[in-house]
Amino acid sequence: MAFVVQRPKLNLAEKLYLPAVLGGLLLTIRHFFKGAAGRNVTMQYPEVKWDDHLPEWYRGAPTLVADEWGRERCVSCQLCEFICPPRAITITPEEIPNSDPWAKVEKRPKEFEIDMIRCIYCGLCEEVCPEQAIYLRKDYSITGYTRAEMKHDKAKLYELGGVKAGVVNKWNEKK
Amino acid sequence: MDISSFLFQPSVFLIWTSLVKTLFILFGAILPLVSLAVFAERKVSAFIQDRVGPNRVGAPTSLVGFKKDYSLWGLGQMVADPIKLLLKENFIPKSVNKFYYYIAPKLTMIPPLLVLAVIPFGSSFLGVPMVIANVDIGILFVFAVSSLGVYGIVLAGWASNSKYPFLGGIRSSSQMISYELALGLSVVPIFLICGTLNLSQIVDWQVKNGWLIAPFAVGGGSLSLVQRVLLWIPMVISFVIFLVSMFAETNRTPFDLPEAEQELIGGYHTEYSSMGFALFFLGEYAAMIAGSGVIVTLFFGGWSLPFIPDGSSHWLFGLTNIPDWLPGVVWGFVNINVFFAKVSLFIFFFIWVRWTVPRFRYDQLMKLGWIYFFEIALANIFLAALVLVYIK
Repeated sequence: MAFVVQRPKLNLAEKLYLPAVLGGLLLTIRHFFKGAAGRNVTMQYPEVKWDDHLPEWYRGAPTLVADEWGRERCVSCQLCEFICPPRAITITPEEIPNSDPWAKVEKRPKEFEIDMIRCIYCGLCEEVCPEQAIYLRKDYSITGYTRAEMKHDKAKLYELGGVKAGVVNKWNEKK
Repeated sequence: MDISSFLFQPSVFLIWTSLVKTLFILFGAILPLVSLAVFAERKVSAFIQDRVGPNRVGAPTSLVGFKKDYSLWGLGQMVADPIKLLLKENFIPKSVNKFYYYIAPKLTMIPPLLVLAVIPFGSSFLGVPMVIANVDIGILFVFAVSSLGVYGIVLAGWASNSKYPFLGGIRSSSQMISYELALGLSVVPIFLICGTLNLSQIVDWQVKNGWLIAPFAVGGGSLSLVQRVLLWIPMVISFVIFLVSMFAETNRTPFDLPEAEQELIGGYHTEYSSMGFALFFLGEYAAMIAGSGVIVTLFFGGWSLPFIPDGSSHWLFGLTNIPDWLPGVVWGFVNINVFFAKVSLFIFFFIWVRWTVPRFRYDQLMKLGWIYFFEIALANIFLAALVLVYIK
């Protein structure tokens, strides 16, 4: 059904525009002095970073972690490689030689590569990992000059991941 | 004949002093002011919108061995912007009409610069009046020349052979006929009051009788304070109409219909790049400066400030043992600075309004120009005449 939108009845002051324009000018000059005094909301990015404001659940770059005794937690089960939607993860497993202190653990990754150009930071690798070895940390500014540089190898992943001590029951809060 | 007596022959003297003044106005005042106005536009708009604005480009002192660079609140942007425009490729679309496409930016840029020729930007300097061409038709020259600027825009819109520039050009021409009349009529009361078209003499009148927009009488003119207040009423009406029309003349928001970034993708200069675009840009900001100069000259007393003497003065804080020419040089210099300070304030006002008032719709501008301003300006002339009859 068609209906007529009533035009508002303007009084003389509103028809003149000028009071409204003056009001607008007052408003903007207030903001001008506020901005000129430096009270603006812009974060000066390279100097001030998001890091302090990142939430606990932030999903940054995926990394590998070692446990408190320095053992790499990853056992090369390759679940993360299989679940990774953009197929960013490539794992080459290897057996742990008998001479190694952690020889009783069956496998470890010989090479563990995450292609950060492909990674979509979905966090499925973290969810699927049965050994709690892969975690999304808060690094978000992953840049490089070459494609090769953007491929995080095992050393780089452990360097970013660091140590995670004890058993982390990452499912508890979701039970 | 030796060189100094040759230089001080009246005609030769006129030529080279005019040249010096022209060079000063062009390279000492307009180009830096345009650069500064573009920077101010970005900075003020940022502050008004609670942003920071350009604040990185500054003095790259680390290149010459200092420890760090200084950003200087981003003032380096003043240099970086023109350099960027100069170094860009001047891309010319295949379908344009080359000849008109080439001359359109120049036609937009030259009129505002010509307007500045008749505006007195200072009192006098060592006896030389600080106006390039002290012509008696002053303000008529301003109107005649500044309305030529619209040809550049129309030609650019037409020569670009593209629909958005074309719409911009059409809008520009029909905008021009709707405000130009009010613009011209609104200043007629000034000539009734001052009795002259010469801009220098209008400024002199304001030095004696107080600025036209401010009813004070301090300079020992013939008008008393009551008479000034009575004259002030038509002057305020004139000022509002002239100011609003000047916004339309310079294509600034709220009347930037020919450009209208959001509707016409830049309007008439859509198809221009590099220096062609830069010339439009320069023309627009030079028009802003020229318009501010005209407003300051007509209503705000030009280079004058109350109680500040002009370049013919021999008084310098009561000092006695100084050379005779020194006070004139000091006050002449002060007067030039006062003029450009007033112009800068007006440029700030232009920018301030741009980031406050939204663009008028097309019919609203026509209605405003034809139905309101034209009639009010016409009635204002009679009002001013009646006041003049009453007080004389």
